[in-house]
Amino acid sequence: METVINIQELSKSFGSNHVLRHFNVQLKQGQNMVVLGKSGSGKSVLIKCIIGLIQPDEGKISVLGQNIPDLDHHELDTIRARVGFLFQSNALYDSMSVRENLEFPLRRHRATLGNEQVNALVKEALENVGLEHTIDMQTSELSGGMKKRIALARTLILKPEIVLYDEPTTGLDPITAKEISTLMRDLAKKYQTSSIIISHDLNCVKIVADTIVMLIDGFCYAHGTYEELGKSQDIKIKEFFE
Amino acid sequence: MVPKGLKRFLAEAGEIGRFTARFFNEAFKPRYEIQELLRQCYFIGYNSLGLVAVTAFIMGLVITIQSRPTLVEFGAEAWLPKMVSVSLIREIAPVITALICAGKIGSGIGAELGSMKVTEQIDAMEVSGTNPFKYLIATRVMAATLMVPILAVMADAVSLYGGYLGANIHGVVSWSLFWNQVFETLTYSDIFPSIVKTFFFGFAIGIIGCYKGYNSSKGTEGVGQSANSAVVISSLLVFVLDLLAVQISDLMNFT
Repeated sequence: METVINIQELSKSFGSNHVLRHFNVQLKQGQNMVVLGKSGSGKSVLIKCIIGLIQPDEGKISVLGQNIPDLDHHELDTIRARVGFLFQSNALYDSMSVRENLEFPLRRHRATLGNEQVNALVKEALENVGLEHTIDMQTSELSGGMKKRIALARTLILKPEIVLYDEPTTGLDPITAKEISTLMRDLAKKYQTSSIIISHDLNCVKIVADTIVMLIDGFCYAHGTYEELGKSQDIKIKEFFE
Repeated sequence: MVPKGLKRFLAEAGEIGRFTARFFNEAFKPRYEIQELLRQCYFIGYNSLGLVAVTAFIMGLVITIQSRPTLVEFGAEAWLPKMVSVSLIREIAPVITALICAGKIGSGIGAELGSMKVTEQIDAMEVSGTNPFKYLIATRVMAATLMVPILAVMADAVSLYGGYLGANIHGVVSWSLFWNQVFETLTYSDIFPSIVKTFFFGFAIGIIGCYKGYNSSKGTEGVGQSANSAVVISSLLVFVLDLLAVQISDLMNFT
């Protein structure tokens, strides 16, 4: 399988806080990789480095064959059109309706699309998450679970090859969290995406993960499938799976 | 040793200077966010119309009523429209408009951008192939720079109308006499500098509001702080700029 993300010797510090230390990981095409780690262990920093929102101190981040830290704004935009990012806080634009939120990335990255094509893609994205009726609602009228679904629809509207999820089930009740996790898995299958998922939620991990990477003290401490890591006798790994 | 407060002030001033330089570097290069600029002009201009009009009307009325007794004492009541029009056009209407805008627009921009920052909406915009500095900052600063002068011109007219009503509370001044006296008194050197300075007021309000909001931190607490300090700093800057404008027009013999 082709490698779509290849991270080598990635380091990032904030003052004296060394968040990532010579971190290495590879994501293969079609693979769903979960990054597990304690709060503040640098998981969000990792995926923000991948999308170019944070500049690493050193190391290589190859995404779809291009080294992210070397790219200029224009090249970065081209890569970002192929990589979706689901924010922990959803990051839906408060001043816009659901329709406008979904249209925004299309109007920016696919400026040549006509109104009919844009409408069709918005409709398809909403159907995927089962929220067609919310199209003309303001984001403030949506519940937490609905916001997460709309954010997911916005992330996937450009049909990205890679999707980065930053704690997709945080703040949701267990039933909604399970629904979102199942939706993520189904949509990954439908659109053949590869994904990196940052999560603490073991139920979510169980549903979506093909492989798991444990980020501890800035290093890739362990990796394997859910079953493999679940059986591990290592204390630091057991802490997560108990 | 440099006092801590002075050091912080200089660091902040330097950061605002750098932010302003970035605005000039990015705002006039494509891609131009015309639609968002028009939207911001509507929010900043049209939505402030009522508040500015009411305030200007009251200021015109009050200044006229308060000035009248002094002029009557010197037997110069007939000069009332002249005196009121000069003070309103030169100073009161532009400064009051700018202060109202600093309160309404400055806090609005500071809070909006601050909350966008803490809820990762600005990052989401960047990921969506949009330069957030151009889309959010350049449009808001330009809209404030363009709209404050228009609001100030409207405030000039409304405050003069307030002055006309004020002059008629205790005396009788006909509509045509009042306006004849106003236009006889006002010259190019009264109107031009007062309009020019409002562009600078608008720019200062926009840039400070955006700077504070865009650099907001510390979660929701930071949003409140951004809005608050945007109002305080931009109001103070309005007075500083006004002082500078008066000095410059004095040097250029506009007074």
